[in-house]
Amino acid sequence: MKKEEENFAKSEQFNLTMIPGAYARKMRTCKIWQFFRFLVLNIKMLIVVSKSH
Amino acid sequence: MARLVVMGGGVSGHTAATFAKKWLGDSHEVVVVTPNSQWNWIPSNIWVGVGQMQKKDVLFPLAPIYKKAGIIYKQALATEIHPNGKEGSDKPYIVIQSTKEGEAGKTEELTYDYLINATGPKLNFDATPGLGNGKGKMGTHTVSVCTAEHAVHANLELQQVFEKAKKGQRQKILVGTGHGMCTCQGAAFEYIFNIEHEARKAGIRDMLDIKWISNESFLGDFGMGGLHMKVGGYTVSSKLFAESLYAERNVEWIVGAHTSKVEEGKIEYELLDGTKHEETFDFAMLIPPFSGVGFKAYDKDGSDITDVLFAPNGFMKVDAKYDAGAYENWKASDWPKTYQNPTFDNIFAAGIAFAPPHLISKPMNSPNGTPINPTPPRTGMPAGIIGKAVARSVCDLIKNGKENTHLHEASMAQMGAACVASAGKGLLDGTAAAMTVYPVVPDFEKYPGTGRDTDYTFGEIGLAGHWIKHILHHMFIYKAKLKPGWTLIPE
Repeated sequence: MKKEEENFAKSEQFNLTMIPGAYARKMRTCKIWQFFRFLVLNIKMLIVVSKSH
Repeated sequence: MARLVVMGGGVSGHTAATFAKKWLGDSHEVVVVTPNSQWNWIPSNIWVGVGQMQKKDVLFPLAPIYKKAGIIYKQALATEIHPNGKEGSDKPYIVIQSTKEGEAGKTEELTYDYLINATGPKLNFDATPGLGNGKGKMGTHTVSVCTAEHAVHANLELQQVFEKAKKGQRQKILVGTGHGMCTCQGAAFEYIFNIEHEARKAGIRDMLDIKWISNESFLGDFGMGGLHMKVGGYTVSSKLFAESLYAERNVEWIVGAHTSKVEEGKIEYELLDGTKHEETFDFAMLIPPFSGVGFKAYDKDGSDITDVLFAPNGFMKVDAKYDAGAYENWKASDWPKTYQNPTFDNIFAAGIAFAPPHLISKPMNSPNGTPINPTPPRTGMPAGIIGKAVARSVCDLIKNGKENTHLHEASMAQMGAACVASAGKGLLDGTAAAMTVYPVVPDFEKYPGTGRDTDYTFGEIGLAGHWIKHILHHMFIYKAKLKPGWTLIPE
């Protein structure tokens, strides 16, 4: 069994939602990818901030 | 020379006062009245609550900052507003009681030309029996992360739980809302996942049962009725991603709950279907409901006019539509734009202090008539933007007079918010959900279906979000300390 899928069996609540797989979880803390996302998120946030002022 | 009095030195009040002083210069007075001697960057209190920051990291003394800015600072609690003055004088004033060491309780009448109410909320712990101590303060059965002091205490209690877990004693942790009408679900969300993250780091996650309880009708509501974001070609409800994170991190949830009673190691709660239940815990952090701070207002003849200025929940009335009626009739235009009190045009309310017209989330009651629905959040960004807009309006009124002033607007239905919700601290292994919502209050006429512009509403969890939250911590403390270039940092 894939470890990331174990929680589906723990409750009906968990069984009816979605759980990220190993790759998706790994990318959350992949430094290179997250540095790219850091730049993108900052640009997106600055756009929303500028629309709000 | 005019005098602007700002009640409150938090995000909204501090923003209003510092910008007002910058724009007014030395020609006019700006006075800040706050019972606190320190400024608190509240979003980082959750990290104090898990021992990842110290109290000193989230606080700094206000007096030297206000002295540097030329702002008159009174460390005092404002208790009364007299908007028409008193017998013998038409000059409006507030009554304040000093909280400064050595002169606590000393009262003063402080006159004003313009007044900004930016007090923030009263943490109404006593609204739930057992959550408070019966005297307006937090009780002893649960912890809180609403203030830096509370968060320090929360961490001490949490570490004891961790120690027991390390010794092989299974522990139950309960985090969420302590009443059916709370807001600030986001702060509780951050705290529960930071606890979970710290527990994994400590190698004791398997010894903890961590559970969430809140008044949201669905996970991911956050008091905003949830949000929709585009992911992988789909437009998706925040419910899906919230539930996903809880399932991933093995955190069970109870939603649609009104916590009705708190005792040592146990809460009682009622669900939206009217059924009543109990939940035990070894450690619980439950957000209290908010109310206004409890001002009284008096007319010139001494008659009580509190209900002229304030809504029944204690928040100040502004230019909102308070008679919007049923949920089906709610519109984005119900929400205030100028934050000016409709009766006294020299009084404004900013940040959490203003009375919202109604909820953002869909109102819900149990069959027993118990309201179980989140009240509207006013997070840091909207609070700061509103404070700045109100300051600008007041400065224009002072400089140009009423006839030549068009008040500045900052409706939450026409502004966005950027929120970063930490899910665990760590420079290389932390994560946070970075979100933007545009607008904060959904406008279903302008954006049918979702109420929001999905091109500017998004959410993403990762290390990048954590880096952003950490940078925001330093950036906003830098801004609040009025260091060089502080005005360049947007609210």
